[in-house]
Amino acid sequence: MIKLYRDIVVIGGGPAGLAAACSAKEEGADKVLILERDFELGGILTQCIHNGFGLHYFKEELTGPEYAHRFIKEVEKQDIEIKLNTMVLEVTLDRKVYVVNSEDGLMEIQAGAIILAMGCRERTRGAIGIPGTRPAGVFTAGTAQRFVNMEGYVPGKEVVILGSGDIGLIMARRMRLEGADVKAVVELLPYTGGLSRNVVQCLEDYDIPLLLKHTVTEIHGKEKLEGITISEVDDKFRPIQGTEKRIDCDTLLLSVGLIPENELSKKVGVELDSVTAGPVVNEGRETSVNGIFACGNVLHVHDLVDFVTKESQMAGQWAAKYVNGKMEKRSNKLTIQVGKNVRYVIPQRIELNDQERKRIPLYMRVTKPLRAVDIVISANDNKLLSFSKPYVKPGEMIDLPLPEKIIEKLDDNSVIQVAILEKEEE
Amino acid sequence: MSPEKKILTCVTCPKGCEVNVEFEGEEILSISGNACPQGEEYAKEEIVSPMRILPTTVVVKGGILPLVPVKTSKPIPRNLILDCMKEIGKIQVNAPIKLGDIILSDILGTGADIIATRDLPAGESVTYKKRKSH
Repeated sequence: MIKLYRDIVVIGGGPAGLAAACSAKEEGADKVLILERDFELGGILTQCIHNGFGLHYFKEELTGPEYAHRFIKEVEKQDIEIKLNTMVLEVTLDRKVYVVNSEDGLMEIQAGAIILAMGCRERTRGAIGIPGTRPAGVFTAGTAQRFVNMEGYVPGKEVVILGSGDIGLIMARRMRLEGADVKAVVELLPYTGGLSRNVVQCLEDYDIPLLLKHTVTEIHGKEKLEGITISEVDDKFRPIQGTEKRIDCDTLLLSVGLIPENELSKKVGVELDSVTAGPVVNEGRETSVNGIFACGNVLHVHDLVDFVTKESQMAGQWAAKYVNGKMEKRSNKLTIQVGKNVRYVIPQRIELNDQERKRIPLYMRVTKPLRAVDIVISANDNKLLSFSKPYVKPGEMIDLPLPEKIIEKLDDNSVIQVAILEKEEE
Repeated sequence: MSPEKKILTCVTCPKGCEVNVEFEGEEILSISGNACPQGEEYAKEEIVSPMRILPTTVVVKGGILPLVPVKTSKPIPRNLILDCMKEIGKIQVNAPIKLGDIILSDILGTGADIIATRDLPAGESVTYKKRKSH
């Protein structure tokens, strides 16, 4: 078995892994290696051929492949080692990474630091338990996206999409452009899970109906999908009897959620957050295991790749500092707790010493759409600061700066609470 | 004709501002709610003649993938999108292709070019079906 040492091993060559590797290198890490299981770098961006990427980070609008291209070129320029078609089998507590590919066989790579950037995968029909037969023609939306955009197959002609997350909305337009009749996008919740701009330019532009508070209650067809039954749901998401309606279709695309892909993290014993399904991290994106960092969709599912990039740069920088012995823990350790209407906040704790930074970005999501809110940050029940927002939506991640000046003054073991309050509640 | 009001979601950036527009026919009376000047531009255009970038794919011969992703080099009128798709469907290009290559210029007189959005090397196909048959 081949045995190697690398300062930083990045698992995953998507947007998170690419940005983390570049930043680790810039921060002074010597030998940086990216492990990627696909035949090329870029991750999910290579199949996301639509525009809308990069407006925050590059201040211009790019497609997914264009966004990936910029980082791939940067990786090439920076002399970062890449292994493609390579599968990681296991990560250990002492930071050994076991990998296999058909050129090198089995390898043991001792890492100075590991960056987990494996991304996420789609929730499937089995996970949401749709009743009915099991014909061909039921796909997850991302799989269909890869077929249509990269492999040259259009899965069907009459399409229904379950779930109005961004992938579902984007695929509704894509299937329509490829000549399919997209009959409806069906959404369980009373609101869409995707970005507002996608509702406009993917559904409204093409008169594709969005059926809120509906779900698929039966699948018809033996060999090939022939149709589905949809039903309205009540406030507890139970189908309402008597509201069943059949829609004939040959394709059902599921856009019903993404799950961070943490099999490797679980096996090594990284503590996971039950809400994000990703690791619990500090502001440097270090997990509960020393020297193992996580960023991008493996940490929490993002809506914008721009934030994946920013987050992964933090992970890359801190991983490099860790390897070079420059990562210091601060004297006061702080925990971040979610308050009213907040689904989660990343990071979950603050514990690193950084003389240069002026603020720490807090990434958070609201539990339901709200209008006219104040996002209130308090510590030990004293209000520290608040930010007003005209509206907040679960599909749109909120990025708030927590000033270092405020953090410095907090006592050791303080608990920082983040709450999103409607103005009349205060 | 009496003034109409519409709440638009600006699609210029992912922030997705809700922009309130008051208009009469094609005349804009007021615009509010936008966080930046682009929102005002978007709202005006959206009422008079909506414009969109069109992202899609073009068939490739001899490449590692059978398709190359492309986009219009600038927004085109929304009502021409399906016609443009028909034009793009007629094209076939040969690998290798470089990001930024012009695949088709001035599509349907819109002034927009169809440009490649990735590098696509020539070579044996890497798609799942081809790999499986080895």
